[in-house]
Amino acid sequence: MRRVLNLACRLVLALFAAGLVLYFSGYSPLAAYKAMIWGAVSSWDGIAQTLVQATPLIFTGLAVALANNCGVFNIGAEGQLYLGAMAAAVLAAYLPPLPHLLHVIIALCGGALFGGLWALIAAWLKIKADANEVIITIMLNSIGTLLCAYLANYTFKAPGPVPQTPTIHSSAALSRLGQGAQFSSALFVGLFFVLVVWFLLYHTKLGYDLKVVGSNPRAAAAAGINVPQMIGLTLLLSGALAGLGGAGQILGLHGRYIDGFSPGYGFDGVAVAILGGNSPLGVLFSALLFGLMRAGGMILDRTTNVPVDFVIIIQAAIILFVSAPELLKTLKINWKKGGVKHARTVADK
Amino acid sequence: MSEALRMSNIVKRFGSLTALDNAELIVNKGEIHSLLGENGAGKTTLMKILYGIHPKDEGEICLNGTLCQINSPKEAINAGISMVFQHFMLVDNLSVMENIILGKEETKWGILSYKKSREKVMELSHKLGLKVRPDMLVEDIPVGEKQRVEIIKALYRGAETIILDEPTAVLTPPEVAELFEMLKALKNEGKTIIIITHKLKETLAIADNVTVLRNGKNMGTISTKKATPEILAQMMVGRSVILQAVKEPTVKGPVVLEAKDLCLQDALKNINFTLKKGEILGVAGVEGNGQTELLEALTGLVTPDMGSIYLKGEDITKHSVKQRIREGIGFIPEDRNDRGIVPSFCNWQNAILGYQSNYQNRGVLDFKKINAVSKEILDTYQVKTEGIAAKTASLSGGNAQKLLLGRVFYHDSDVLVIAHPTRGVDVGAIEYLHKEILNMAKRGKAILLVSADLDEIRQLSDRIVVLYEGSLVYETQALSTTEKELGMYMAGAFNKDESKVVGL
Repeated sequence: MRRVLNLACRLVLALFAAGLVLYFSGYSPLAAYKAMIWGAVSSWDGIAQTLVQATPLIFTGLAVALANNCGVFNIGAEGQLYLGAMAAAVLAAYLPPLPHLLHVIIALCGGALFGGLWALIAAWLKIKADANEVIITIMLNSIGTLLCAYLANYTFKAPGPVPQTPTIHSSAALSRLGQGAQFSSALFVGLFFVLVVWFLLYHTKLGYDLKVVGSNPRAAAAAGINVPQMIGLTLLLSGALAGLGGAGQILGLHGRYIDGFSPGYGFDGVAVAILGGNSPLGVLFSALLFGLMRAGGMILDRTTNVPVDFVIIIQAAIILFVSAPELLKTLKINWKKGGVKHARTVADK
Repeated sequence: MSEALRMSNIVKRFGSLTALDNAELIVNKGEIHSLLGENGAGKTTLMKILYGIHPKDEGEICLNGTLCQINSPKEAINAGISMVFQHFMLVDNLSVMENIILGKEETKWGILSYKKSREKVMELSHKLGLKVRPDMLVEDIPVGEKQRVEIIKALYRGAETIILDEPTAVLTPPEVAELFEMLKALKNEGKTIIIITHKLKETLAIADNVTVLRNGKNMGTISTKKATPEILAQMMVGRSVILQAVKEPTVKGPVVLEAKDLCLQDALKNINFTLKKGEILGVAGVEGNGQTELLEALTGLVTPDMGSIYLKGEDITKHSVKQRIREGIGFIPEDRNDRGIVPSFCNWQNAILGYQSNYQNRGVLDFKKINAVSKEILDTYQVKTEGIAAKTASLSGGNAQKLLLGRVFYHDSDVLVIAHPTRGVDVGAIEYLHKEILNMAKRGKAILLVSADLDEIRQLSDRIVVLYEGSLVYETQALSTTEKELGMYMAGAFNKDESKVVGL
């Protein structure tokens, strides 16, 4: 409860800081926030847009959060997302039309598998060559996105000027919810995996072992847990979650792999995980918040003259305030000191 | 004798915790004063306030009769107070000389004048018999010498009062004797010395007066001439404590654990020993002589380069940690926060660590069983805590150790590998932990006890071996040896050719 309050406090501070930037740029922060938040929640369209934007972030947030629980920083969710998306797009378009559910599951599994395998490269290098997983996963991001770009431009390119794969069979599409709405049952796959990861972390021996490794790897080794194996397995699962996120975007939203389809969902996953305290339910909450901001940002762009980049400033402010855990403490001490000084001067008078 | 220092009505709170509650300390000029108390009693906090590291919430500090404010270590040093910490504050890759003069360099026209500094340092060193080698790098000198460097550093800064935080924790018995000689020499020079300690024996051996703290409160100051270990222990704990564990003879069975010619890099050299059912084998030695490696080899954390380990006749040298836990080797690691528990976890999570496979059905944790067992462990082993859902980090050292011991003892292993079971644990808990260890031997467990505390080793063990530079250099029955003899072997002061060959 206290942690939630603390977090809320920081969110407000972040919004305030971003508001200051806006204010000094000559815009009205209150009007902007109002337009943004009201726009994102006042209409079905706005809510739908929020959910659409939140869906991939649920997956990448879960991916990063799961790895963080094991003490592994997977900053490579972007690359894993791309690989998963490409695998799903190819399976969905090149396999003959199959029964609906089966085709969807095959495509999703393919996405998860390739996302996981892509992360496993980092795990393998970390375990066998003592490589730093942060550097490796960052590098694999570039390799992964460029590899997919290559595949979309050459190997699996659909006819036409745009680098994209052929349209997927309708049997592999995740059903759209509502007329004309963009959001699909990929959201429910995401919610399902929030529960899966929650159960994994808090109710299984695997989750227990994983957290021991994340909190004290030396104690884990003494307790008979195979630490390298656990790190490898966690990265595999983490990558699979990110890959699923990519697959969900293809099967639910785009209907084909389009080059550069992700505006950094993988990277935002890091912020989502941190804001969500690395817990699955926290991730769900913060993914919705980020989704709301993205959706609100679009509305902001349409209805006011505030540039859409403002949303990026808010996100950056949130990340800054959330990822500096001692910040509140420092500010409080400063207030206190200021208060003492003030009291003294009063007393002197 | 005049008063060097008076700290009165000191109050210090950390959040909701009151670390010092009207604590008082009066130290006379030119005496050795022991500040005695259990872990968490507030000894170090009180001294850190004196040294200007922590600001005090209430109270007064008088130096030589005048009230003063100390807001930083720099001000403390200027007031003639120095503190030697348990973890030395030396720069490893600078020389001894550079370390000593650091922060107070003699200069000539703004250029360092080593000559002047060196003269001053050597003078201090000779006068007080503090032997140091000024041109050695600090990383290359032994612990005892590092401590001397710290003391000279303090004197070089003109300290009149020197505070030593647990100065004997890292020393061998001969080094302790040497330290005490130095402290007496300093006292004869008129310096005032405060030692923070929880060891009764040392207090009685070296101090003139002793102040006992309990829960941040002053329990009184008495002269060591009038004090006995029992009186001091009672003041520390608040009840009478049995200091000497009562060891009853146990029935020894067949050999359960055997090591044959264990070798591991430079750390272990041809280790041989046997351990019988119902027996406690003490491994004495100064830290860093291969204890860690021996423990890791026995528990499976490392694979020895050569040699074998047998558990009830079966070769388990290649078995994993997990297999060995299942086969009945319980492990209590040397540093509980490092390998023993996960401080950020709840008590129930720590109560099953290492045995989690017993508490699952097809991979799903069985919370009913976990809750029952962890409650039972907390109750049986008298762990004082808010319950199984409380964070283990909130437990005191003694209670965390009880939880760790309880976890391993509860799961009923035939062999117990126990390292430093009472390190950082208060006197009351030590009494209890010793009783439980002896109890396990009585129940027929084979126990290997590694400890740096000679009293502990001698009180609990049936047999004692001494580990020195990776070899077992001496073996004896616990009853037929003296502390002096063991200390000699621990320090390597023996003729290597004549040392008994160990291993049966």
